[in-house]
Amino acid sequence: MNALELKDVRKHFGKSEIIRGASLVVTKGERCAIIGPNGAGKSTLFNLVSGRFPISGGDICLNGRSVAGMRPFEINRLGLARSFQISNLFEKLSVYDNLRCAVLYALGYKYSFWQRLGGLRDAHERTEQVLEDIGLQRQRDVPAGVLTYAEQRALEIGITIAGGADVILLDEPTAGMSRSESDAAVELIARVTEGKTLVMVEHDMSVVFGLADKIAVLVYGEVIACDSPANIRANRDVQAAYLGEP
Amino acid sequence: MKPGLNRASGLAYTPLNLSRYLVWTCFALVLLAAPLVFTKGAALSILSQIGTLMIFGLSYNMLLGQGGMLSFGHAVYSGLGAFFAIHAMNHSGLHVPTTLIALVGGVAGMGFGVLFGYVTTKKAGTTFAMITLGLVELVFASSLMFPGFFGGEGGVTTNRVRGQAFFGITYGPQIQVYYLIAGWLFLSTVAMFAFTQTPLGRMLNAVRDNPERVEFIGYDTQSVRYLTLILSAFFAGISGALSAINFEIVSAENVSAMRSGAVLLFVFIGGIGFFFGPLVGAVVGVFFTVMLSEYSAAWQLYLGLFFIAVVRFAPGGLSSLLMLLLRVVKFGKFGRIRTPLLALLSCTLFGLLGLVFGIELLYHLTLDAADGSVVTLFGWRFDTHSALPWLAAAAMLLLACVGYRKTAPAYMALWGEVNADIAAAVRRDVA
Repeated sequence: MNALELKDVRKHFGKSEIIRGASLVVTKGERCAIIGPNGAGKSTLFNLVSGRFPISGGDICLNGRSVAGMRPFEINRLGLARSFQISNLFEKLSVYDNLRCAVLYALGYKYSFWQRLGGLRDAHERTEQVLEDIGLQRQRDVPAGVLTYAEQRALEIGITIAGGADVILLDEPTAGMSRSESDAAVELIARVTEGKTLVMVEHDMSVVFGLADKIAVLVYGEVIACDSPANIRANRDVQAAYLGEP
Repeated sequence: MKPGLNRASGLAYTPLNLSRYLVWTCFALVLLAAPLVFTKGAALSILSQIGTLMIFGLSYNMLLGQGGMLSFGHAVYSGLGAFFAIHAMNHSGLHVPTTLIALVGGVAGMGFGVLFGYVTTKKAGTTFAMITLGLVELVFASSLMFPGFFGGEGGVTTNRVRGQAFFGITYGPQIQVYYLIAGWLFLSTVAMFAFTQTPLGRMLNAVRDNPERVEFIGYDTQSVRYLTLILSAFFAGISGALSAINFEIVSAENVSAMRSGAVLLFVFIGGIGFFFGPLVGAVVGVFFTVMLSEYSAAWQLYLGLFFIAVVRFAPGGLSSLLMLLLRVVKFGKFGRIRTPLLALLSCTLFGLLGLVFGIELLYHLTLDAADGSVVTLFGWRFDTHSALPWLAAAAMLLLACVGYRKTAPAYMALWGEVNADIAAAVRRDVA
């Protein structure tokens, strides 16, 4: 089954059309990287899929169900979670609370004001699990705002996966990282998205080729190619548009 | 802050918080003992007013401090709660005991929270603030349009001694009203604190810090704000009902923008960042509006100046000052700042004295001139028509300014140093 399907998706802001009929199919369990030159509309595409902006045309299906016109929280409840290019955390809350907030809805606590947070055993265990996965146990009681950059990026991924969504969108997860930090991030992403569908925007080619089963190339709001990493590397159009000389 | 090892293991995931029980017990004891300590004339009435203002402030801080919702119209809920409570007391067919009248106010406040909150909480930020301001003006205007319910200019009066005395409790004597208010204050405070420890309470903090991200982890920010406002309006209604019992009168002023602005002022002075901030703010608020206004016609000027000083020098409010000082004491560094702090404080106090002196002279000269030119201040008699007292006030201010200039920079530098040391110590603890 297709976890995510974009059918001729269009988006214009005023007169300028940013996404011009992008189509993409990501099957369940697949790891797809979206690459493309600056301004190609990669982040915009993510914003459309996650419901941040409404689409102007076409359709987006999540697990076979159209999510066009839905608000972000509705799409999230259907099993899609995303991270942000610029860390988007709850800066005054502790690392632990950041993650716990992200698991509450999925565990069914919703808007409860009759249950004590401290007594929610499953939320606590899930939070500790994610804390361990992203390797931030030592920082559990520190406000998210004072973490180092790499730690904030890890927490960003932690919040995204904590709710247990099966389709994960990561927007440039390794942007601004050093080589070693980025290697650690790749390892982290591979581990926490085990068995899930992953779609990510990424500039760093070593990250892309290290993680992706499939690469989609977005140029001027259109997916010009979508294939296995080896075929993309050999594709002449892609080389011309993006990778430069081989 | 040490990462709790016992918590990380998942065995004892809810450590019994003994200190928390201790704090609540102390709070209850303070409430019980307050009338025994403050026995002078109007002390009971003042304590009762502080009590109702505390509930009102705490309910307001659910919005402002915990949810980042700057409301200019919170008195709508306490005021309408008060009106419903007073009508329930006056209605001959309803036999709600006075003890439980607060619930009538609470439910009424909550009802209007459901109604108005649906509109106001659709938006956050400035839009929310503007809508609440419009709403409070709307309700205030209607209160004058429907004199049958709101009692017109004179308001609605009642007699709190009604029904059968229950174990001799008639709520005639002020002491009984005080304990009624104290009881509700304790219950409401526990309930509102408990709210901060629930899933909704924590998500409210998340909505305050980053509403956008909240939408991407499954929550509708509007629902979080709306539910919170309804609960907050319930407690506001309780405080309104209690003030109706206390004063035996409710008027249009109870639903005014003035009242709404006052609670914002007091809560901010107390400190919005801490749960107990509004408790401090309520004490300060009643001190200015009830006690200081007895002694000086310039009390509003003093309140305004004090508010500006808090915003300028302690934007976290008095409770943040208190917590910062406690932190310095906890890390054993108070000795380092004691002497410069005392010097700075005495300069400030001296300047304050000069300022008050000058303001009082000016008020007497311009407003009370009919009573002659002699004014009694601090137990002394001064003639506002002679130059000497004016010169003295100016000299005090000038001296204090010079002293402040001399002592402040050194103190600030030292304060920064001490806090940097503490921050470093905390970081060492984590890493």
